[in-house]
Amino acid sequence: MAKRTVDVAVIGSGPGGLAAAIAAKKEGAGNVLVVERDVEMGGILLQCIHHGFGTEILGADLPGPAYAQRFEQEAISLGVETLLDTMVLDITPTRQIVAASESSGLLEVQARSIVLAMGCRERTRAQITLPGARPAGVYTAGMAQRFVNVEGFVPGRRIVILGSGDIGMIMARRLTFEGAKVARVVEIMPFLSGLMRNYVQCLLDFDIPLQLGHTISRIIGRRRVEAVEVVQVDDQWRPVPGTEEIIPCDTLLLSVGLIPENELSRNVGVALDPVTGGPYVDERFETTMPGIFAAGNVVHVYDLVDWVTEAGYVAGKHAARFAAGDRAGQLDYVRLEAGENVRYVVPHVLTRDQLPGESIKLQMRARQPIEKPVWVELRDGEKRLIRRAERYARPGEMLTLVLPERSYEDVRQAETLTVNVLER
Amino acid sequence: MASNNYDVIVIGAGVVGSLVARALSRYKLRILLIEKESDVGAGTTAANSAIVHAGYDPVPGSLKATLNVAGNRLWDALASDLDFAFDRRGDYVVATGEQEIPHLRALVERGRRNGVLGLTIISGDEMRHREPHINPGVSAALFAATGGICDPFAITVAAAENAVMNGVTLLLETAFEEFVIERERIVAVKTTRGTFGCRWAVNAAGLFSDEVMHHAGVRPEFTITPRRGEYLVLDKAEITIETVLFPVPTPVSKGIVVAATTHGNIVIGPTAHEIDDRQDTEVTRIGLEQVWQGTAKLVPGLDRRHVIATFAGLRAAGNARCETPGVDYDHDFVVEIPQNVAGFVNLGGIESPGLTSAPAIAERVVQMLKDAGERLEERPDWNPVRPARPRFRDLSRQEQAQLVRRDPRYGRIVCRCETVMEGEIVAEIHAPIPARTYDALKRRTWLGTGRCQGAFDTPRVVSILARELGLSPLEVTKKGPGSELLVRPTKSGAGMVGRE
Repeated sequence: MAKRTVDVAVIGSGPGGLAAAIAAKKEGAGNVLVVERDVEMGGILLQCIHHGFGTEILGADLPGPAYAQRFEQEAISLGVETLLDTMVLDITPTRQIVAASESSGLLEVQARSIVLAMGCRERTRAQITLPGARPAGVYTAGMAQRFVNVEGFVPGRRIVILGSGDIGMIMARRLTFEGAKVARVVEIMPFLSGLMRNYVQCLLDFDIPLQLGHTISRIIGRRRVEAVEVVQVDDQWRPVPGTEEIIPCDTLLLSVGLIPENELSRNVGVALDPVTGGPYVDERFETTMPGIFAAGNVVHVYDLVDWVTEAGYVAGKHAARFAAGDRAGQLDYVRLEAGENVRYVVPHVLTRDQLPGESIKLQMRARQPIEKPVWVELRDGEKRLIRRAERYARPGEMLTLVLPERSYEDVRQAETLTVNVLER
Repeated sequence: MASNNYDVIVIGAGVVGSLVARALSRYKLRILLIEKESDVGAGTTAANSAIVHAGYDPVPGSLKATLNVAGNRLWDALASDLDFAFDRRGDYVVATGEQEIPHLRALVERGRRNGVLGLTIISGDEMRHREPHINPGVSAALFAATGGICDPFAITVAAAENAVMNGVTLLLETAFEEFVIERERIVAVKTTRGTFGCRWAVNAAGLFSDEVMHHAGVRPEFTITPRRGEYLVLDKAEITIETVLFPVPTPVSKGIVVAATTHGNIVIGPTAHEIDDRQDTEVTRIGLEQVWQGTAKLVPGLDRRHVIATFAGLRAAGNARCETPGVDYDHDFVVEIPQNVAGFVNLGGIESPGLTSAPAIAERVVQMLKDAGERLEERPDWNPVRPARPRFRDLSRQEQAQLVRRDPRYGRIVCRCETVMEGEIVAEIHAPIPARTYDALKRRTWLGTGRCQGAFDTPRVVSILARELGLSPLEVTKKGPGSELLVRPTKSGAGMVGRE
């Protein structure tokens, strides 16, 4: 088995991984290695040929592959090494990586620090208990996206989409361009789960109906999907008898959520948050295993790629510092808690004595939509540290609260900080 | 047409038909195995609890009891010859509350009458010690040391491959239509792919065994009433259960089982609903809810969020009266050479414990043919051994490295959840029974069965199948004609970004 040693190993070359590699290199890491299981870098961005990437941090509206290319080129020009078409099979707590590839067989990499950047996967049919038959023609939206945008094949002619996630809405438009008829998008929640801009640009503009508060109660068809049964749900998400409607279609796309991809993390012993599905991290994106960092959708599912890139920068920088041996002993943490109308907040903890020399972004998702002005606030019990006004809060759109350096003294005094999203 | 004539035609390549074909391949016979689906083991065989039963459940004196116990004893040797997953780790019938303990004693007694060895009753404490996640209210349990778990598809494909290696002809997508009967003897079988002459026809048609025997004029009163069982599969990350846990049975069912699988998951189920349609394997909201409620009695801590798959299978439940004098039982297996037509081996109503019994049924078919005067001459070159192809994830790191050196395609991942490599897929496509569909590969390699349920591998598998079989990706199917995965190229043409 081939063996080598690196300072920072990054697993995955999507936007989080590329940013981590760039930041690690800029922070002075000697050799930085990115391991990518696909034949080129960029991760899921490569199949996202629609626009909308880079508006926040590049001031440009790019398609996914172009966004990826910018960071790929920067990484290569900085001397980041890559192993493509290579799958990481295992990581050890002492940060040894075992990987397999067609070109170099099995190989072992000893890393001083690791950045996990495996991204996320799509929730499947079984996870939402979708009854009925099991014919061909049931795909996750991302799988359909790969078929259309990468392989060059259309998976169906008449399509129903379950879930108003972003990939589903984007695929509704994409498949319409390809001449397919998207009969309907069905969403179980009483509100949109993806971005409003995707609703407008992908559904409204193409007259594709969105049906909130409904779900699919049955898939019909032996060999290929022939129809689906749509049903209204009550406030407990139970089907309302008598509201069933049969919609003929040959394809059902599922856009019912994303789950961070953490098999490697779990196997190595990184503690995972059951709410986000990703590792518990501090503000430097270090996990519960020393020297193992995590960045991007592997931590929690973001709405915009720009924020994934930012997170990658933070993780990569601190991974490089760890690799250089820049590490105080035992860390002491201040806990961050999801308070009123907050499903989760990342990071989960702040290091009491290691807070970085710049502001920290706290990112969270609201539980329920509030379609009027809100406060996003951070509290230490009765004491409010900071707050920020937003025009609304929607579960589909991440909320951010910037913790400025001037608040660090308050943070250090606290045991637990709470984030709330309140009506103004 | 000499080439269309066989000594034996086996109708149906489920676990029973495949094992019968393999058992007969030992003799100098020309054998044809026909299957209406695109793969072997695609019906009841592929969707059941995957349990090798000890034999304490069937009614004493029934064929089910005899063949269950006899079949159970054959599994070790068979697993060793055919190299499939089988693990005799024992099973438990779990009693909760004092009132259920007498049922365990009754089962032990029934097991003794059936000739089952290794039955013991253990205390609730001992049960909690052996399976720490069990319902804390367990009062006692029956432990059956000879119970086991297996991969029912794996034994079927292994048996069918071994049959093919020993000269059996397998025709897939070939459905039985009717018999040609001359002077009360079956002389040929008409199929959707033509008529094949034969001296013997074996009915191993499972859910359709009643229709096939009626075509032969046998047992007009026999009917199969499909009984659907729904199941859930839980992720490997779920709490571990090492064995098979049954509740105390009811008069109609063995109840909702919590069982380890040979793939490291947990399977829970089945329900039991009689239905009309022999192909209706839909899962239902109500059925899945019943599974959860039943499961809570055994392992209350299982978490719905860890479900990675649901499926349903149909039991081929018959209505044959047990022929043993004094035994009052109306759902026995049919394993016979009937009197009223010659050249017919009739197997019907093979529901649970049919999987366990299948090896014994195959042996009994051989014996019945001998008893009927068939001169079975052994082939000197018969090879009972079928080696499985390497499974990358089961190998040591060193073996993995060697495999990749030998064939670099074993270094390329196709299914990330189950760690299935391209080399494994290519090997299955070129195996003695070539895997030609997505589901055929899934059942052989276990790709697409993990958490992502094929979201990652499907596009890759489609392109590998197309490449290896010389097909367009548009021709690649999930499970045979009519289940194509893709409908047309995009406007800008296939392979826009262009890979492979």
